[in-house]
Amino acid sequence: MITLTDLAFSYPQSTPVFQDFRWHVAQEETWAVLGPSGCGKSTLLYLLAGLLQPSSGQVLIAGKAQSGSRPKTGLILQDYGLLPWATARKNVILGLDIRRFYGPDGKHTPDDFDVDTHEKRADYWMNRLGLTAHSNKYPAQMSGGQRQRVAVARTLALDPDLLLMDEPFSSLDAPTRSRLQDQTFELSQEQQLTMIIVTHSIEEAVIMGEKILLLGQPPNRLAHIYDNPQANNRRYKESAAFFALCHLLRQEMETPT
Amino acid sequence: MKKRELILGIMGLTIIWQVTALVVDSPILPGPIEVGNVFVSELTTGLAIHFLVSLWRVLISVVLAVVVAAPLGIILGQSKRLDHIISPIVYVLYPIPKIVFLPIILLFLGIGDVPKIFIIFLILFFQILVLVRDNARNIDTKTILSVKSLGAGRRALFRYVYLPASLPAILTALRQSVGTAVAVLYIAELFATQRGLGYYIYLNGNTLFNYPAMYAGVVAMSLLGLGMYFTVDWLEKRVCPWQYLS
Repeated sequence: MITLTDLAFSYPQSTPVFQDFRWHVAQEETWAVLGPSGCGKSTLLYLLAGLLQPSSGQVLIAGKAQSGSRPKTGLILQDYGLLPWATARKNVILGLDIRRFYGPDGKHTPDDFDVDTHEKRADYWMNRLGLTAHSNKYPAQMSGGQRQRVAVARTLALDPDLLLMDEPFSSLDAPTRSRLQDQTFELSQEQQLTMIIVTHSIEEAVIMGEKILLLGQPPNRLAHIYDNPQANNRRYKESAAFFALCHLLRQEMETPT
Repeated sequence: MKKRELILGIMGLTIIWQVTALVVDSPILPGPIEVGNVFVSELTTGLAIHFLVSLWRVLISVVLAVVVAAPLGIILGQSKRLDHIISPIVYVLYPIPKIVFLPIILLFLGIGDVPKIFIIFLILFFQILVLVRDNARNIDTKTILSVKSLGAGRRALFRYVYLPASLPAILTALRQSVGTAVAVLYIAELFATQRGLGYYIYLNGNTLFNYPAMYAGVVAMSLLGLGMYFTVDWLEKRVCPWQYLS
């Protein structure tokens, strides 16, 4: 699904974030990208989303070199980027409205995308995420969990195959976070999504990531990968294996590379 | 402001006016009842037309200013490069009281409606430009990136993010400047015209010495200003309900 070959990226006048970086993500895998702040995990997500362009090397997504944003890639950022002046439903339907605005041009909207059914689609996703009762609320009137679900509904309504999330659960209280982590995983299974979750929380990475990519202080050259096949299994969170992996990752994060 | 408070305010002012008129007891300060009567009778003999002419001049200026300044403000707010070139010019021009350009504008644009509309346009233009630009600059980057990731290019960003995000700024700019706009209209209508409330007030006050009619004109001009102000208020509540969440 995703292949990074000899990727290099740097912001002007600073240490390169990535150098000769290689990474491969297979279809329908769920990855957590973990690292301290400033390690480049958000940068990696923006590169995958096509919002940044690599200095050299390639970002291949579904076999195609990334150039600009790709209609089948969904992106959910930390504060969700909802429009404050739009109601929950208007926010959910936003991506569909944008697609209808351009029409199926193959660039902003996939050629085969049916723009006529989009009211129904929005209603379906509102309902799926339990938002129907909150249709007319503005983001300022919603709880953190509701805002997150609006962001998820808005993204899934566009029928993505790749879902990129940047700290999507970090502003939520613990019970809401845990519930939404489960729900996000279930939806990703059901929609056969490849999912990349960027997080600074070791626990979250181990709960969500079937594979974990650990980034360190830039420049990142080697992809440090941890297999975590038990992730998203409800009872795993209390198991010794879970704590052992958390412990190992904590040690890795604390040792300077 | 509640309707009741508004009515109380108007009543209070009218009473103060009446009492002052009784105390001063001079033809240069007629009471509100006399002025009210003259206002009604003058409406049919020309005041209504002067009012409509003034209203038209303000309205067309407002529409032109919004249509020109808002998109320009959005563009400057988005493009650092353009902003670097244009903003110093705006910075210098912004605080200059535009009314001092009136003689020049009259020289260039001559008589008729155009110079009057232009001077009001100029005042509103800068007010809207600056507010919309600053507002567009401050739109959350995460919001823009998110909407981009939903497939939005420049045009869709403009339509779905920048435009709705700018509405409150446009209305705030209008609210702040309609008062000035009407004041400037008054001055502009003193020159080279025989229509408009400015002309009407000056004619009755300084040529005909018909003070009650002059006051009726002042009332009409006040109503024009108030009406504009209330309309902006009403629009803001209609168009930007999300700004009024409790």
